[in-house]
Amino acid sequence: MGTTFIFTVVILSVLGLLLAVVLFLVAKKFQVVEDPLIDVVEATMPGANCGGCGFAGCRAFAEACVKSKSLDGKFCPVGGNAVMQKVAAHLGVAMEEKAPMVAVVRCNGTCANRVRTNEYDGSSSCRIMSTLYSGDTACRYGCLGCGDCEKACQFGAIRVNPETLIPEVDEDRCTACGACVRACPKGIIELRNKGPKNRRVFVSCMNQDKGGIARKACTAACIGCRKCEKTCPFGAITVENNLAYIDFNKCKLCRKCVAECPTGAIHAVNFPPKPAAPAAETPKE
Amino acid sequence: MRKLIVSPAPHVHGSESTRKIMLDVIIALAPSMLVAVYFFGLSAIQLLLVSVLVCVGLEYLIQKYMLRRQPTVSDLSAVVTGVLLALNLPPSAPWWVAVIGGVVAIGITKMTFGGLGHNIFNPALVGRVFLLVSFPVIMTDWTVPESIFRPGVDAVSGATPLAMIKEGLAQGQTVDQILAANPDLSYGQMLFARAGGSAGEASALALILGFIYLLVRKVIRPHIPVTIILTVAVMSGIFWLINPEQYTDPLFNILTGGLLLGSIFMATDYVTSPMAPKGMIIYGIGIGVLTVLIRYFGSYPEGVSFAILIMNSIVPLLNKYIKPARFGKEVKHA
Amino acid sequence: MRRTFSMGGVHPRDCKISADSAIEIFPLPQRMYISMSQHLGAPAKPLVQKGDKVRVGQMIGASAGFISANIHSSVSGTVAAVEPYADLAGNPVMHVVIDVEGDEWEENIDRTPDIVREITLGPAEIIKRIADCGIVGMGGASFPTHVKLSPPPGKKAEFLIINGAECEPYLTSDYRLMVEHPEEVLLGARIMMKALGVTKGYIGIEDNKPAAIEAMRRLTASSYTEIEVVPLKKKYPQGGEKQLIDAVTGRKVPSMGLPIDTGVVVQNVGTSYAVYEAVQKNKPLFEGVMTITGQCLGGQHNFLVRTGTTFDRILEYVGGVPQTAAKIISGGPMMGKAVSNLSAATVKSSSSLLLLTEEQTRRRAEGECIRCGKCVEACPMGLEPYLLNKLSRAGRMEELEEHKVYDCIECGCCMFTCPAYIPLLDYIRTGKADVMRIMRSRPKK
Repeated sequence: MGTTFIFTVVILSVLGLLLAVVLFLVAKKFQVVEDPLIDVVEATMPGANCGGCGFAGCRAFAEACVKSKSLDGKFCPVGGNAVMQKVAAHLGVAMEEKAPMVAVVRCNGTCANRVRTNEYDGSSSCRIMSTLYSGDTACRYGCLGCGDCEKACQFGAIRVNPETLIPEVDEDRCTACGACVRACPKGIIELRNKGPKNRRVFVSCMNQDKGGIARKACTAACIGCRKCEKTCPFGAITVENNLAYIDFNKCKLCRKCVAECPTGAIHAVNFPPKPAAPAAETPKE
Repeated sequence: MRKLIVSPAPHVHGSESTRKIMLDVIIALAPSMLVAVYFFGLSAIQLLLVSVLVCVGLEYLIQKYMLRRQPTVSDLSAVVTGVLLALNLPPSAPWWVAVIGGVVAIGITKMTFGGLGHNIFNPALVGRVFLLVSFPVIMTDWTVPESIFRPGVDAVSGATPLAMIKEGLAQGQTVDQILAANPDLSYGQMLFARAGGSAGEASALALILGFIYLLVRKVIRPHIPVTIILTVAVMSGIFWLINPEQYTDPLFNILTGGLLLGSIFMATDYVTSPMAPKGMIIYGIGIGVLTVLIRYFGSYPEGVSFAILIMNSIVPLLNKYIKPARFGKEVKHA
Repeated sequence: MRRTFSMGGVHPRDCKISADSAIEIFPLPQRMYISMSQHLGAPAKPLVQKGDKVRVGQMIGASAGFISANIHSSVSGTVAAVEPYADLAGNPVMHVVIDVEGDEWEENIDRTPDIVREITLGPAEIIKRIADCGIVGMGGASFPTHVKLSPPPGKKAEFLIINGAECEPYLTSDYRLMVEHPEEVLLGARIMMKALGVTKGYIGIEDNKPAAIEAMRRLTASSYTEIEVVPLKKKYPQGGEKQLIDAVTGRKVPSMGLPIDTGVVVQNVGTSYAVYEAVQKNKPLFEGVMTITGQCLGGQHNFLVRTGTTFDRILEYVGGVPQTAAKIISGGPMMGKAVSNLSAATVKSSSSLLLLTEEQTRRRAEGECIRCGKCVEACPMGLEPYLLNKLSRAGRMEELEEHKVYDCIECGCCMFTCPAYIPLLDYIRTGKADVMRIMRSRPKK
């Protein structure tokens, strides 16, 4: 009894020691030498691994930053300027401030504004639906409502409203990683400047059909009438292919165009209510 | 005109559905259930009812209140599990044994993995094996309960043939001596009907009828049951030729120990068996070999349940590495 | 035992309820919308302008590339517009719109019903004529026929197979052609055999069409002995090129390969008929037989329809769309396209309009995969649809490629058979498109 006990202890101890030595040698032999700075930089990253920066993940981004010793063309949309400042400090390089961005859905073809002309019965995927045909409304540019953007968003920042079937962005959660932009087969989501106090003015429509056709398909469509273009004092609005576009770098948020738009296609968000101006957010029937 | 429906092709669907398949399995099990009820009377009815109710009820409750999903018990898969579990119990088992078996089968084996289609092991079999190791006495008590359909027949011990052989061999008898001492071990009785063993193995013929029905309805393919039976025949045949005093002949091995019940209804469970024909054959051979090895060299007289569960565990590997034959050879393009 | 392809396949109910309706000539509509993109490959270049007068058979669109085809006017009249017009899926495609005036044909088209049996053109001339006349595959893919009849250097055709399988349920246009114009179909085959320089031809017909087999056999027994009629055991998708070659010759087209790799060229019955008309009658492809069918429809029809007729017009002619019709399909129920825009017009390869009721076509709620393996059993390409579906949904492209998603012929057998109603093909299709794109973007070795 006693000897068995001692034997067991001895054998196990010796075995443990031997294996520890083997492990040590193996670890030594296969050790990969990496710049410890990569770990430091990675630790400052948000760790979402969303790929919004264009790299495979936070680690890959950190590696690229450390190896190139420069932040040119590298920006973590999730961490934003705050995180990039820290990264720049670790690397000892200068960093360019970027205006914060947010995803903007440029379609207001809600169920009320846009009549369904047929019924889609395939898999609930915008991608599959758009490969198959132009969509279940007469507007072939608009949102399909299957929520590929919602599925692509890692931050729960974009949700298809079940009432309108149009996705809505939660500005606080949106990191402007661009996953939804890439997921949308209709290309209706754009990353735009978040704007001062989150105030933005944009055209919520992608319809390039002629005015009459666009209007018939959706009451909230941009009809390319050019009124906004003429009104804008800053030359921020251009109309091409029957569709207006507001350049957010030129727009001064004066909102003259909002009042001018006959279909309410231009949206102004997060402005305090102005008694004189008509509310552009509520679509007209 | 109404709004047209638009969807990708194909625009029509065949007549098959999960529910129809499960219903077919239940129909295929009907002969065996009837035989069980005839031989074992109210106890068989009680086991079937309790087992099915527990399985279906538990699946419903778990889906509705724990997973908060739309319950899918109407697909009848829980009914199949319940029936199979009942048919795998000794007819004299008390009702609460079926309850525990059902909880293990549905609650642990099926729902914890995500429900239908996600479980690795056959739920009914895990239920049975759990009971076998937890309540060995109850699970090997083969008293034949009285049956109202067979008045006048006394409650007797209906030990399974394999247990009788194993016991006899342990006492130093030869196979021939044991068979001679037990006239109810004739092939005829085992094929048509014999009041012994678990509720589902009373009649080989009833099981074979179910098998034919499943094949005709194209619910299962013959690969798995046929390879299991052939493998058992070949393996046991080799042992038998070496030493007929110690080992029983192949036919005896096929007709006993729930081999038919297991190979036709349990090993062919879609979820826990391979998808490609080649994989099915490997799986079948594995079950056959393991069954014979366990029967001859294990401490349990019967090995089908264990063999199937062991092979269940390598099904994901078989599905990953054994691929169906592709159409056309690969050519290297210049 | 009847021959058929070696693996997979399903047996949908064949529902050939329009089989006994003889081909009727569909009346000329007032306005024609002729698409410039009726074939696989580059769209044709419009040759006419608004206000131009055109005649039946006049070329109005010129082939714009190696894989492209000419387009001819199907009517006479005045060009009203050359503009984008929505196709059956609602996407704009360049169309030539013609206001129909009379029915003036180009003079060089032989409009007599006489069968011209003597083939005077040589192989190169035949292929040129087929290209000039804008013949494309009538089986659905609309591949330009002259390209298929010109095997790439180093590849030699041994046989021609005429595809008379018509394995899609409901469709009967090929069947009617085989029954009503068997000799023209065989002459078309003979012409294509001459162009290919092959001496042996087959015509594969499924055994649910005994009248077609009988009509063909009568002719092949006496005067068309170089062509053999091969009755095939009914099974979908027998009309798939790879499956038909397997069924008729036992040869297997290699993975990623083309039929010509096995020395076979496959042409559809409708194509064969069009080739006959082009080569012997100098008639370009501007009309085809279309089946208008569905249990919810009062009458079942097979029409000879000029290309560019709108679906509206056809449906109006047969008495309008019944209230019970829920889906209108251009093509068969297994591979056809659902129509979302009824003002779209027919193209050269339009073979049918099928009206299905809600009950016949509505998809049912997707259940859990029970791993029954029925999709694996049904796949005629030996793939694992359940796995491809999962990999595609998870975006695992390398594994999709490893499991040969590119071999998928999109026949729909997997989805047809799935007892859990999983929309397997929806996702396999997108996965296949992604993998093909990745494969094409790789530098060629």
